[in-house]
Amino acid sequence: MSALYILVGFSLLAALGFLGAFVWAVRSGQFDDDYTPSVRILFDDTSESTPPSPKKTPNQ
Amino acid sequence: MKKDEITLEPAVTETCYHCGDECRDEPIHHDDHSFCCEGCKLVYDVLKENDLCQYYRFEDSKGISPGADLYEGKFDYLDLPDVQPKLLEFTDGRQARVNWLVPKMHCSSCIWLLEQLHRLHPGVVGSVVNFPEKKVRISYDPTQIKLSELAELIARLGYEPYISLKDVEGKVLQKWNRTRLFKIGLAGFAFGNIMMLSLPEYFDLGQSSEDQNLRLMFTGLNVLLSIPVFFYSASDFFVSAWKALRGRYLNIDAPIALALLGVFLVSLYQVGTQTGPGYFDSLAGAVFFMLVGRYFQDKTYASISFDRDYKSYFPVAVAMLKEDEETRLPITDLRPGDHILIRNRELVPADAVLASPRAMIDYSFVSGEAELVERRQGDTIYAGGRQVGPAVEMEVLRRVSQSYLTQLWNNDTFTKEKEDQHQTLAARINRYFSVIVMALAAVTFVFWISRGQAEIAFNAFTTVLLVACPCALLLSSTFTNGNLLSLFGKYRFYLKNSHAIERLSEITSVVFDKTGTMTLANEAEVHFVGEVLADEEKAMVKALAAQSSHPLSRLVTQSLAEVPLSKKALLDFCEVEGAGTSATWGKHEVRLGSARWVGKGEEEVLADTRNPRVYVALNGQVRGYFNIKSKYRPELAEAVTNLRQEGYELYLLSGDKPTDRDLLSPLFGGTSRLHFQQKPEDKLRFVAQLQQVHNQKVLMVGDGLNDAGALQQSDVGLAVSNDINNFSPACDALVEGDRLALLPRYIRLAQAGQRIVKTSFGISLIYNAVGVSFAVAGQLTPVVAAILMPISSITIVLFTTAATNLAAHRWMNVK
Repeated sequence: MSALYILVGFSLLAALGFLGAFVWAVRSGQFDDDYTPSVRILFDDTSESTPPSPKKTPNQ
Repeated sequence: MKKDEITLEPAVTETCYHCGDECRDEPIHHDDHSFCCEGCKLVYDVLKENDLCQYYRFEDSKGISPGADLYEGKFDYLDLPDVQPKLLEFTDGRQARVNWLVPKMHCSSCIWLLEQLHRLHPGVVGSVVNFPEKKVRISYDPTQIKLSELAELIARLGYEPYISLKDVEGKVLQKWNRTRLFKIGLAGFAFGNIMMLSLPEYFDLGQSSEDQNLRLMFTGLNVLLSIPVFFYSASDFFVSAWKALRGRYLNIDAPIALALLGVFLVSLYQVGTQTGPGYFDSLAGAVFFMLVGRYFQDKTYASISFDRDYKSYFPVAVAMLKEDEETRLPITDLRPGDHILIRNRELVPADAVLASPRAMIDYSFVSGEAELVERRQGDTIYAGGRQVGPAVEMEVLRRVSQSYLTQLWNNDTFTKEKEDQHQTLAARINRYFSVIVMALAAVTFVFWISRGQAEIAFNAFTTVLLVACPCALLLSSTFTNGNLLSLFGKYRFYLKNSHAIERLSEITSVVFDKTGTMTLANEAEVHFVGEVLADEEKAMVKALAAQSSHPLSRLVTQSLAEVPLSKKALLDFCEVEGAGTSATWGKHEVRLGSARWVGKGEEEVLADTRNPRVYVALNGQVRGYFNIKSKYRPELAEAVTNLRQEGYELYLLSGDKPTDRDLLSPLFGGTSRLHFQQKPEDKLRFVAQLQQVHNQKVLMVGDGLNDAGALQQSDVGLAVSNDINNFSPACDALVEGDRLALLPRYIRLAQAGQRIVKTSFGISLIYNAVGVSFAVAGQLTPVVAAILMPISSITIVLFTTAATNLAAHRWMNVK
């Protein structure tokens, strides 16, 4: 049964990893606006004559 | 005569390529498209120049025509050194960022356009839209584009940013949302893991001696996991309970905090003395569910602000004249004696004396009086009036904060909180509930002590507190109200918070404002009374009325929308202020104006004082008049009748003259219920009197700043707005104008909500009774607690959600 010590340790680490991911997602503002991204993803990046210019906008 | 033959052009309805509106005047043809105005054409040009025409390919694209009140230098004040830093979120000299409220964004193509700003100006680094909050965050290079130029850039597209005095005075950006999410996330994490680690305990595993170490580790981990839940996630409950205790009253959080503290201490005691595994799973689960419930309940309408005062309406800066030079000055810096310039549609920010010969002031904002007021040189103009017409010069009399209008906010009503914690339904039930639970726990304790079983007595006492923890009660009201809030929002009725639902369900009196609430703000019923006019004559009248900028002329022009436009030029046009206009059209003389202007007798002049009339005279002969009546909201009469039949006391308060008294008195049940010419303070006093003398719970329905005092004083202040993202006074609820007729249904839904809270509380009582009977007997094992607790929470969540949706369906979908 001593394997349990390691397994429980790992399972907690994995869970902590998910908690960390959640905290990161909240901090990066992913929960601030739950509507606009769903619209934004449908826009075409290409304009009618000029080639698309990938723009990264600082979120924070 | 051949020469006099009318050249009429058929009235074709063309829709504007940019804004999709019908072109009311002559459409502008440009680039194979038609535009309704120069503004729309300009936006099209800008978009075309920058290859952004794919904007028009969006299915719901409906551009905004930039308002006519945009002028050169409007945003110059943004570059003032004491204004700019307050608006910027961030700057390091090379990059700066602003987060502007843009109330006019309304569809996905707006999002697209506002996020393409970098293609319109090289100085813009990027922009990100938050649609629910109607905000756009723009990063730009201040060395390439000034803040004022940036504002002008988006204003020219039709998205004028809304910058108010409140922004400049500096308010803290709330990040509570994120903190709450952290707390919920942590509680959920701990809840799941503690449940997993408690599994052996549920099934009585790990009793053999070699498993003792494992058991010790699991318990230790449970304690470790519950510590952040208790000290961080649940901290709001303790803080709120402590505040209530210090203020010497009991709120709903006090018993919750007590129960959480009790469970935590008992669990620690059990672990420490090795007498049991504790109830850490129940603790974490209860905190998790309660936090989720509160998050759900407090989820607000991000783009709607319920707490506006006059500062939100007033401009940030005003044009000041100094030695004939125009500079922009923040209005808070205005001093008596300063000369200011007020342009068309601009608000007068402070009480001032008119220096120009004449001004037409629209006081509808302050008094509810819909008609323009004429002011002459030397007259005092109170803050809150709006100039209509050419720019006028004024000399400031008093500072902004001491002006007549702003004085209203010094009334005590504006400092008191409406939310009374111990008046809510949950808090009232809770008072009895807590007493009963405490008594039960005490009786149990005494019973077991008297039988000499101190161990069981102690255990039973704490577990009774645990299962009877009022979280079920809290959950039933938070989930019911939270779901109702979003349902109300779906039916375009926006409540400030859950307390407002409860107060709405207890209403006994409804007080209506007239102008803008009962009537439509910018529309009127125009009837022609007199000899019927021939088509040609109508064309003449329309041609003349279209020349004048007087609001009555504009209403007449609007009412003649069907009449084709005349191509014939008017000659000898003359307009006498306060009287009327005249011109010759071909061989005919046309006169429009007051009774005296067209040469009517005295009795007609007297009759002129009720509804505004515009008389028509052709070739010196009076043909009749246009009767202009304020237009009532359709269907509202039915709603008012419904309310009266259901036994509500109805009143009408109007800042206006007593027009339509005969029309309104049968609706409201007698003229004694109609009060005209009420000043803002009168309205406030009237509501206060209803509450104090007649013991009524008052719902005030109003729209303008003139109702601000009454809205604040009433139990529920409902603001009517034609565009909820526009600006309305501070209130508890907002409704779109065309939905106001549904008011009786909204009240019924709120009442249904209260019944649902009571029923779901009854359901949780059954669970509690089962749990308590185990606890009293000293038999509440961790496994029973672990099953009962989440099941009761989930049942309540499911029941309240289903019941509120059903109630909404029942009350709101009947047509």
